[in-house]
Amino acid sequence: MENTACLDLQGVTKTFGGLHAISGVDLNLAVGERRAIIGPNGAGKTTLFNLICGELFPSEGAILLFGQDVTKLPVHKRISLGISRTYQVTNLFPELTVLENLLLAAQGTNRAKFVMFRPMSFYREFYERAETILDEFNLQVQRDTQVKNLSHGEQRQVEVCLALIGQPRLLLLDEPTAGLSNAETQSFTATLKKIDPQITVLLIEHDMDVAFELADSITVLHLGELVISGKAEDIKNNKTVQEIYFGTEV
Amino acid sequence: MARAANFKNKALLFIGVSVLLVLAAQVLSTYWLSILTLVLIFGILAMSLDILMGYTGLPSFGHSAFFGVAAYTVAILSTRYGVGFWGCVGGAFLLSTAVAAIFGLLVAHTKGVYFLMITLALSMVVWGLAFRWVGMTSGDNGISGIPRPDLGEAVSMGDDVNFYYFVLAVYIAVFLLIYLFLRSPFGQSLKGIRESESRMKNLGYNTWLHKYLSYVVAGMFSGISGILWAYYNGFVSPSDVEITASFEAFLMVILGGPGTLVGPALGAGIIIFLQNFLSAFTERWLIVIGTIYILTILYLPHGIMALNIRGLKFNKTKTLSNDQTSGGTS
Ligand SMILES: Nc1ncnc2c1ncn2[C@@H]1O[C@H](COP(=O)(O)OP(=O)(O)OP(=O)(O)O)[C@@H](O)[C@H]1O
Ligand SMILES: [Mg+2]
Repeated sequence: MENTACLDLQGVTKTFGGLHAISGVDLNLAVGERRAIIGPNGAGKTTLFNLICGELFPSEGAILLFGQDVTKLPVHKRISLGISRTYQVTNLFPELTVLENLLLAAQGTNRAKFVMFRPMSFYREFYERAETILDEFNLQVQRDTQVKNLSHGEQRQVEVCLALIGQPRLLLLDEPTAGLSNAETQSFTATLKKIDPQITVLLIEHDMDVAFELADSITVLHLGELVISGKAEDIKNNKTVQEIYFGTEV
Repeated sequence: MARAANFKNKALLFIGVSVLLVLAAQVLSTYWLSILTLVLIFGILAMSLDILMGYTGLPSFGHSAFFGVAAYTVAILSTRYGVGFWGCVGGAFLLSTAVAAIFGLLVAHTKGVYFLMITLALSMVVWGLAFRWVGMTSGDNGISGIPRPDLGEAVSMGDDVNFYYFVLAVYIAVFLLIYLFLRSPFGQSLKGIRESESRMKNLGYNTWLHKYLSYVVAGMFSGISGILWAYYNGFVSPSDVEITASFEAFLMVILGGPGTLVGPALGAGIIIFLQNFLSAFTERWLIVIGTIYILTILYLPHGIMALNIRGLKFNKTKTLSNDQTSGGTS
């Protein structure tokens, strides 16, 4: 395969009535890249994820995944190409155990999901993948706990586990550390740093430190528009960025 | 380990109950045996509805539609066209499943109250056909004289004990099939859709297709109960497909505990028993089931299966839980 971009957004625009949630965004992610998107509340970051995954369709523009135009594909077809995402507001299966959550996630991109008269427990491969990921995230103790009974911090971790177990090529993380304490954020960031370097990661993060820690480069989104992309240092010292974050109006 | 023990307990319980049900035929009077037969038939209906309500999280108010289509098919084929037992069973099975496959196209994209209303409307269509298509269904008069089949020389279904054994065999087979179905990868996916459809989509599931297939499978099993009902009763009429019939099935599931499979089967037992017991005292059955419904919602929101009887733990599941909406996608 030639060196195609992992993700390519071409002039993507999304309007909700009169509101331009995303306007004319061009974004290109190389395979293996670690990119963070930062921007103030309501900048359109989550909307961008929803557009990439197909939960929303763009009003204008095109979305390419691994060189394929997916602008009109529904969510599940895009996922099967090898992307996965996490949610800013935890979105798990609360009545199911951690293990059951993981198994559902593992079979999501596998034909086994259509098998109707053979018990789940026959699929050892999914169980093995679940065990591996439970070890990586130190969640073995919580294995058989219903997700609704986990602490917020543990739920945030399971959130990422579900996205990883399908073995994606592109991972979208929407504020993985949202609502965590400082200590939790630090240890979770350390775990996230260990994600397989072959996986391309696009990360939304409010916490600048986490963003700088996990990403090689940073893109700033403001009022639905891409303001600037660059290395962490350049972004930190950029005037416009400082104005967006600390100043008054732009 | 704990899981294995749990499974062993369940298996023992299942075998024990099956043996009791077999022995019941030797012990019970004809009257009680016929009530028990009815309990099994409606148990199948309730379990099939539980697939939708308790697992996929889709509350249906029209589940007796497939029950009715199957029962009418048996009645029409056997009395009008003189079709034999297996022909009737096959025809009724195929037709009720086909109707579920068509209705499913109309309902599978909805959920919650919308799903409830559309399924209600579709069951009214079936009722309308039963009532108005007089040439085929005899309308309000219903169709009587459905002959019970003979299986071989010696085994006549006209005999109530034999018929009971026949229903019991079907019941056990259906129970095991649904049990296996719910534990399959596909069955698990239904729970996922109940808990969070948006997350399921983002894990690669075509949730529409899974909901659609679960609706068809539920309709198929519902059809099986309809077939048994036609042979049990020997008579079908529009009241079999009325709203009340669908509501009774709904109540069996709610009362027993959605998402527990065994619960709705017990719920069927309670409702059928009350119906027959109370009919001696009151004509106002609708008031009775309305009251049961309200009491269940108020005091037993997770059904009788949530009562933790002597430490026997079954999975407690929240009923009809709705989708947790995701950040920014509301
Ligand atoms: N489905 C929708 N319908 C209408 N407006 C929407 C919808 N989704 C998002 N918006 C609006 O689009 C804008 C961008 O929202 P979005 O959630 O993408 O912001 P964000 O950058 O993720 O913010 P935050 O940092 O608070 O998560 C907001 O003004 C929001 O109200
Ligand atoms: Mg957001």
